[in-house]
Amino acid sequence: MRVKAGSGQLRLAGSARTKRGTGATALHALRRSPQALASCLVLVLVVACALFAPLIAPKSPTDQTLLARLSPPSLTAPTGSGYLLGTDRLGRDVLSRIIYGARISVFVAVVGVAISATIGVALGLIAGFVGGIVSTLIMRLTDIVLSIPFLLLAIAVVAVLGPSLLNLVLVLGFTRWIRYTRVTFAQTLSLKEAEFVQASRATGARGVRLLLRHIFPNTLAPVIVVATLELGLMIIFEAALSFLGLGVQPPTPSWGSMLAEGRNYVATAWWLAVFPGLAIMVTVLAINVLGDWARDVLDPRMQTNL
Amino acid sequence: MVSYLLRRLLHSAIALWGVLTIVFLLLHLSGDPALLMIPQGATKQDLERLRQDMGLDRPLAAQYGIFLWNAAHGDFGRSFLQRQPALKLVLERVPATLQLALTALFLSVIIGVTAGVVSAWKRNSWWDRSAMAMALVGQATPSFWLGIMLILVFSLWLKWLPPSGYGSPQQLVLPALTLGGLSMATVSRITRSSMLEVLGQEYIRVARAKGLQERTVLFRHAMRNAAIPVVTLVALELGVLLSGAVIVETIFAWPGIGRLAIDAIVARDFPVVQAIVFFASVIYVAINLLTDLLYTVIDPRIRLS
Repeated sequence: MRVKAGSGQLRLAGSARTKRGTGATALHALRRSPQALASCLVLVLVVACALFAPLIAPKSPTDQTLLARLSPPSLTAPTGSGYLLGTDRLGRDVLSRIIYGARISVFVAVVGVAISATIGVALGLIAGFVGGIVSTLIMRLTDIVLSIPFLLLAIAVVAVLGPSLLNLVLVLGFTRWIRYTRVTFAQTLSLKEAEFVQASRATGARGVRLLLRHIFPNTLAPVIVVATLELGLMIIFEAALSFLGLGVQPPTPSWGSMLAEGRNYVATAWWLAVFPGLAIMVTVLAINVLGDWARDVLDPRMQTNL
Repeated sequence: MVSYLLRRLLHSAIALWGVLTIVFLLLHLSGDPALLMIPQGATKQDLERLRQDMGLDRPLAAQYGIFLWNAAHGDFGRSFLQRQPALKLVLERVPATLQLALTALFLSVIIGVTAGVVSAWKRNSWWDRSAMAMALVGQATPSFWLGIMLILVFSLWLKWLPPSGYGSPQQLVLPALTLGGLSMATVSRITRSSMLEVLGQEYIRVARAKGLQERTVLFRHAMRNAAIPVVTLVALELGVLLSGAVIVETIFAWPGIGRLAIDAIVARDFPVVQAIVFFASVIYVAINLLTDLLYTVIDPRIRLS
């Protein structure tokens, strides 16, 4: 949800761009937006689940209790006998599997974004700074990759390489860099002509130093916004590929593969499909809200046309 | 205009050549394409024969040349599974996917634009808030989950609509809603923000000040000017929809290209996979080209150069 552009927000947008205490300003801004704050809490919870799954999960995600197969969700869980979110066809605890599943989602999202952002920003900086034939080549390459339906390409590559978590992350990382490249390219082009860059050029700054010290830091705001939105997409793509059987392999729980399994039992055990999907939705929703908020705070001029 | 068109066509051709190269390399990514394609239980002789049949014993550059030449003639080889030309199999599935994607697009434009326009018009009303909250949730909902939930509610609990199948209008409803859900959310948000921007312009105030009916202001003056970002998005969404069809068709057993893609990938039927990726890319590129041309129709101020 777009934060309303009240006077407080506008002041904030201005102050966020001054160097003074960016972290403190961010915290301050967060307090002013209940949605962003709530999203932050959700994400802290998801990351905590990923990091401390063995401590948080009530049961093992892979232990099978065949006598308790397909038990429906039960509120007696805290006292012992029941399962809060039910069990699957092998009697595994759905809640624990969702908590462990957060590991895959967080891992894929973070590593995937790290790879794609690094590639994308590097290419964008080079294309914008060097110009000429290099720039043309890089931008043509983005056109090519953009003209392939992404999901289809990812599915095909994973199918050739064989389904595994590593291949999944690599495919996502190496195919989703375009948005970073485009944003960084545009920024670099305009920054190159900016007065402060011209000034440092006049004082003798050249090449890599000029690029890394003066231009790169100023391209970061939009990159952060793109990265935030990409985090959510990565989680959805991981789930989609795992849903199709091309991601994480059993018995490792992933939200997507849990959904794929739940789909076969949707008539008899609704909870198997409902809860993993809810986990994906809530996580991605929190990321998107935070992304929108970050865009408003970091760069109010940047609109949804990314 | 003509030179612009020629340059765009050239760019499109370069993009498609790039796609073909990627599709070619895709097979060689694994090291030995023959090993990928051979059915399980085949002997060493079979493998050798397959290598020769596919021309894999030639140098890579020669293979690439032959591949490009054939692909340019629409020849991606024969499907291992169905013993028919791969491209023909793909084209046979086009009507089903097109029907699904266009219905989804239609739904998302009608519902998305309406919701967005009303939201902008009645800014901060309960309608605006709930519509935008729904759009936000919609953008976070993966289609594969939405599809299952729709089946759960409308097929299994309410028993209103069939959970799968192809042919009748009833069978089209759930897949189209599933496929269009995300676009609906995106379209409504873009429409709203674009409308808000336009409604704040001077000429809208003038139109109102001279006593025009609110309806005229909204439809004649505001919507037309707010249309450009929406049209761009809708065109891009069609590409997204074609891609999303892979998942939605799998869930609803819809006999389109997406399902063919998954079946082909699972069966390692690579000529078909290559044909699909290329075909989908052609559609993508064509849509992008058409969108750019469409701008000039909507907004004569835009000069293509």
